[in-house]
Amino acid sequence: MARSNNLHSVAAIFDTPNKIIKAAEKVRDEGYNKFDVNTPYPLHGMDKAMGLSSSKVGFVTLFCGLFGGSFILLFMWWTLAKNYQLFIGGKPFFALPAFIPITFEITVLIGAVSTFIALIAVFFKLPFNNHPLHDTDYMKTVSVDKYGIYITTEDPKFDKEKIISLFKSLGAVSTDLIYLPKQEKFSMFNLKFVLFLIFVAVGTSGSTYLLLNKLMYITPFDWMEFQEKYTPQETSLFFGDRRSMRTPVDGTVAKGFIPYPYKGIANPTEVLSNPTIPTEDLLKMGKKKYLTFCSPCHGNFAEGDSRLNGQFPNGPTLHSDKIIKYSDGMLYHIITNGQNAMPAYDLQITRHERWAIVDYIRVLQRAKNAKNSDLVEIKKESTTNGQ
Amino acid sequence: MSLDYSKDMVQFTKEPKLVELDNLISKPMDTNPSRKYFIALAFTSSLMFLGFLCIGYTFYFGIGAWGNNQTIAWGFGITNFVFWVGIAHAGTLISAILYLLRQRWRNAIARFAEAMTIFAVICAGLFPIIHTGRPWLAGYLIPYPNSMNLWPNFISPLDWDVFAVSTYFTVSLLFWYLGLVPDFAILRDRAKDRIKKLIYTFFSLGWRHSNRHWRDYEKAYMVFAGLATPLVLSVHTVVSFDFAAAILPGWHSTIFPPYFVAGAIFSGFAMVVTALVVMRKVFDMENIITLNHLEKMNKIILLTGSMVGYAYLMEAFISWYSGVPTEQYVAVNRAFGNYAWAYWTTVSCNVFFPQFFWFKKVRRSIPLMFIVVLLVNVGMWFERYVIIVSSLHRDFLPSSWTYFTPSVIDFGILIGSFGLFFTLVLIFTRTMPVIAMSEIKGIVEGAQPSHDGGAH
Repeated sequence: MARSNNLHSVAAIFDTPNKIIKAAEKVRDEGYNKFDVNTPYPLHGMDKAMGLSSSKVGFVTLFCGLFGGSFILLFMWWTLAKNYQLFIGGKPFFALPAFIPITFEITVLIGAVSTFIALIAVFFKLPFNNHPLHDTDYMKTVSVDKYGIYITTEDPKFDKEKIISLFKSLGAVSTDLIYLPKQEKFSMFNLKFVLFLIFVAVGTSGSTYLLLNKLMYITPFDWMEFQEKYTPQETSLFFGDRRSMRTPVDGTVAKGFIPYPYKGIANPTEVLSNPTIPTEDLLKMGKKKYLTFCSPCHGNFAEGDSRLNGQFPNGPTLHSDKIIKYSDGMLYHIITNGQNAMPAYDLQITRHERWAIVDYIRVLQRAKNAKNSDLVEIKKESTTNGQ
Repeated sequence: MSLDYSKDMVQFTKEPKLVELDNLISKPMDTNPSRKYFIALAFTSSLMFLGFLCIGYTFYFGIGAWGNNQTIAWGFGITNFVFWVGIAHAGTLISAILYLLRQRWRNAIARFAEAMTIFAVICAGLFPIIHTGRPWLAGYLIPYPNSMNLWPNFISPLDWDVFAVSTYFTVSLLFWYLGLVPDFAILRDRAKDRIKKLIYTFFSLGWRHSNRHWRDYEKAYMVFAGLATPLVLSVHTVVSFDFAAAILPGWHSTIFPPYFVAGAIFSGFAMVVTALVVMRKVFDMENIITLNHLEKMNKIILLTGSMVGYAYLMEAFISWYSGVPTEQYVAVNRAFGNYAWAYWTTVSCNVFFPQFFWFKKVRRSIPLMFIVVLLVNVGMWFERYVIIVSSLHRDFLPSSWTYFTPSVIDFGILIGSFGLFFTLVLIFTRTMPVIAMSEIKGIVEGAQPSHDGGAH
């Protein structure tokens, strides 16, 4: 390092541990506080001699470790008991003993990592490779077998001559003046630096590209793309009919698809009876399904006011006498089977939902043709509900 | 040489100068390696590449390349894993537990043992990952929020393993590096070569041997030792849970955690002694790593070996005492069944031969102790093999009873793991100080101030 003429500190070398301890005590007693001792290994009693309090690094471990442990315990509880419950042999989702090992490990992990980071970055304020002490003879001596002390110019009582004579009186082997290194300037558009940036950018993007777009498509990493199995609709060389998908046995009924007995009959003489009881939940679902599937043609209130602007034949109103007189089963039949221009909805709406729609249509019809007795009923309900 | 145990040992027969210590310890870094070193390195790295070749073949072909089958699903893979994790434990024991117990003789061997810990954990970590068959999916072991809402099963002992071993590796690495920082600073100040200086400057982080730093450093070292002590005991406990938490006869036993921890320290010390015997000779460090150190380690080997022997006896006793016919069958089958040869190898190597360490002559004779520790290494590998294979090969369904025959690939990977381990050790001895310089200097006679009542 090139040195400037600005003084950083005055340093002295001592050759025995006893002398350096005495020197540190003396320097402290003289009232200096911007000083430090450099020894090749930790010396017992030096902290006391320098007047240092005991280290606080243990608190970092304590708090971070406790935080890590409680965090992971809470996290595991949340994942296994709340977010995604795993059923394992009917055991409880969260029983503390089984969660202790990981809690312990994470406590240690977070405790150790945080201690390390805090130690290096906060307590030591390292890395600090351009400290004025580096690359001096002083540093090279104290790193081997001698003991050094220095007082920096930042100290309010700093006086070069006085300190040198103090060190000499304490039996220093040598004294040294340490100068600040010359300020180095690093310009942003230095050619080397720009080339380095380009190299890093090209290297990172290039290797990422190769990794994700080339390497991952080479065996064995393409295991997800090419699997030894038939995909739907693929030709099979194994089966006689050359289909990879097997057709079900005749008469197979898929779950939830019980065949409708009056399928394809335009005017059935008998129909199913309504198996549902119109509860509030069922009517809510019926409303939702009605608004999704029926309202585009029949209108939001079943008045036949299509939103389709003549792009499709208008659906009739559902408030006509004819339809009011239809049985529930007949309405169900029409939804399931279709009628005139209306297509069948049995593949899009489940049986239960179709019955719910029927119930909801009944609600709409009743609301449109409400009687006085209904109003009395509603008023009575409103007062009991306190509205 | 007579020993006075009432006093702390003197590390050198005559008082060494600190400069001499530095010169001796950093000699491997200052000089060019000899031809012998390169021959050794070529040998170990060939073994390593053989292992990698076999691993590559496993990835391509699948786990079917191994001897594992439906009945014995955990063959060599888990045997090697437990073996290497066990080896690792000695390093942490020396660096953490002996530190807390103020055993100052540990300073001479701590660095090397810690390095062995890290390399052994690397070898160990390899096996479960390749045993999964699709190691590139190992990321799923780590809990992260994903689109499938999928989390690891935190109450599975196999998942505990993931946390235990990765924590162990991380903490050991940080502990090791923390100890290395002052030594890197010494090397930085010694370095004449520009590139060497740059590298050591980078890793020394600008350490200045400042006492304001030493204060926090010593505290942090203590904290790390305090954290690593329960950690090292927990790691092999968790490894033993892989077995003990299963309902398989021969595995489902509460003695497993202490039994495994004792076995781990036993095998780890054996490996450290094996390596140190060679290392101290090669690098002329017989004055730093003395016969006294080796003797103390042999005593620990004797102690833990006897604990392991007790566990063997207790296993057999409990299986009889339990009155469970299946347990009794497994115990008898282990000792007298198809795997009797492996069982009695284990017992003789782990229990019988270490008993020779009762004799001081054996404890202090380099060739004899070398033979015993080599036998212990073999025996401890077979112990895990017996536990895994002999318990599994008699399934609950007699129709699936079988005999485990390892394949060539199995042996290739096992040999490769030794190659990896010793390659890393060899590289380590040439790039970093194998003895903690700043620690060893502090315990040389006259290194500490005498004014505070001669306590030091």
